[in-house]
Amino acid sequence: MLTKRIIPCLDIKDGRTVKGVNFVELRDAGDPVSLAKLYSEQGADELVFLDITATVDKRKTLVDLVTQVAKEVRIPFTVGGGIASIQDVYALLAAGADKISINSAAVQNPQLIDQLAKEFGSQCVVVAIDSRCTAGVDWVHTHGGRKVTALQTKAWAKELADRGAGEILLTSMDHDGTKAGFALELTAAISGALPIPVIASGGAGSMLHFKEVFSSGKADAALAASIFHFKEIGIPELKLYLDKEGVVVRN
Amino acid sequence: MGANWTANAQLAVQILPTRKKSMKVALIKYNAGNVQSVIYALERLGVEAELTDDPGKIRSADRVIFPGQGEASSAMAYLKERNLDQVIREVKQPFLGVCLGLQLLCSHSEENNTPCLGIFPQLVKRFVPSASGQEKVPHVGWNSLENLVENPLFKDLPDAKYLYYVHSYYATLGEGTLATTHYIQDFTAILHRANYWAIQAHPEKSSTLGEKLLENFLALPST
Repeated sequence: MLTKRIIPCLDIKDGRTVKGVNFVELRDAGDPVSLAKLYSEQGADELVFLDITATVDKRKTLVDLVTQVAKEVRIPFTVGGGIASIQDVYALLAAGADKISINSAAVQNPQLIDQLAKEFGSQCVVVAIDSRCTAGVDWVHTHGGRKVTALQTKAWAKELADRGAGEILLTSMDHDGTKAGFALELTAAISGALPIPVIASGGAGSMLHFKEVFSSGKADAALAASIFHFKEIGIPELKLYLDKEGVVVRN
Repeated sequence: MGANWTANAQLAVQILPTRKKSMKVALIKYNAGNVQSVIYALERLGVEAELTDDPGKIRSADRVIFPGQGEASSAMAYLKERNLDQVIREVKQPFLGVCLGLQLLCSHSEENNTPCLGIFPQLVKRFVPSASGQEKVPHVGWNSLENLVENPLFKDLPDAKYLYYVHSYYATLGEGTLATTHYIQDFTAILHRANYWAIQAHPEKSSTLGEKLLENFLALPST
C-alpha cells in the first residue's frame, strides 16, 4: 500500500541549515550534510533542500553541497532555491538531486513548468507555492514570501498541474513556524481538486498535527523543519504514532 | 619506520571497499534522467560504475545496469540510433533494468504506443485512477513489495519491504514477474528471466531494502 510521506526540510543559508518564524528571524540549526544523513537513517521518506537566500541574493544553489548531501543519503532528495532555467536543473540533477523545486521563477514564467516537465519528466518537477491569506482569500507569494502576486492559490495550483508539475509543495505562510498545526482546509481543498500529490508544509508542532494533515487535510506528504532540527519530535516516534493512529507509513 | 609501514598497510587494507574494485559495471547512457543517484548508490557499495553508450564497453562489463526516468518512445529511438537495442538483447552478463529501464525491457508500452525490447512479454500501461478518483497519477512514494518468488536477488532481505516509486506507467503481471506491488491494481514490481532482472522502483533511493537488492544483484554469479 502506498504510504504517507514524512519529509524533513533543510532551509539552507550560507551553507548552514536555518529556520525562521513566518519566513523571518532565522536561527541556525546545524550542518546540512549531517542532518540529511541522520534523517535518511532515521526513516525520513524524502528530503527537501531549499537554498532560501538564492532568489534574493541572485545566487545559485550550492551545487557542491548538493553533491555532498546526495552522496550520503539513500532516499529521494529535492532541491530548490533560485532555479530559473533548464540549465540550472541540469546542474542540480548532475550533482545528484532527484527532483527540483521551483517557486518564484514559475510565477514569473509559467511556461518554464511546461518546459521542465517536457525536458525532465513531470516526476522531477515540484512546484512550491507560498500562500498567505488576506481577508479570506489565499494569495500566492514569491521571493521567500516577500512579494505578493495577483495569483490566487487554488487557481494557481490547478494551472501548475495542467502545465505538468509532478507535485505541489504547499506552504501556508500564516502557519509556518507557528507550531499551531497545518493549514488543513487549504491543503484539503487543493489536494482534493488535483490529480497530483500535495506536500503540506507550515505549522507542524505536534504528532497530532501530522495525523490531522493526512486525514482531514488529505495531504500525500507532510513537510516540517524546526521540530525535527531541534529534536522536538523524532521521526521514528512520529512514524510509530501515525501507524498506531491508522495512518499508513513506512516503518 | 617498518612498524609505521605495517600500520599504514593494515589501515589501507581496512579502508579498502569490501567489494573488489576490479568489478566493471556499465551503466547504459541514454537520454534518461536520474543516473547520478545510481552512481552514488553503487559508490556506497564500493563499486565504481562507468556511464557509457559504447557497445564494446557494455558487452565486456561484468554487470550492466539500464537506469532511467524519461519517456519511452524517445528513449527507444535513442537506443536504436546507437544500435544499443541490439546490444541489450545480446548481453550475457547479469543485467538490471530500473524504472523506465524495466518498462523498455517489456514488449510494448502504451506511452506513445512504443514497441519495446521484448525481453519480457509484459505490456506497459498507464495507471488509470479508479472510479473513486482517490488515487493520483503518477504513483509517487514508498509502497510495499509483495508476492515475492524465491530468487537470488531476494537473499537476506530486511523485514520492512518498502521501495520508492515514481512512475505513471506500469508493467502487467505475467511470466517472469518475481514480485508485485499494489497501486490501483497489482502490477509487476520486479522481473527476472535468464540473465535479465528489472525493478520498477528506484533501489538507489530505497534505503536499506533498495541497497540490499543492488548488493544482491552485484553478487549474482557471473555468466
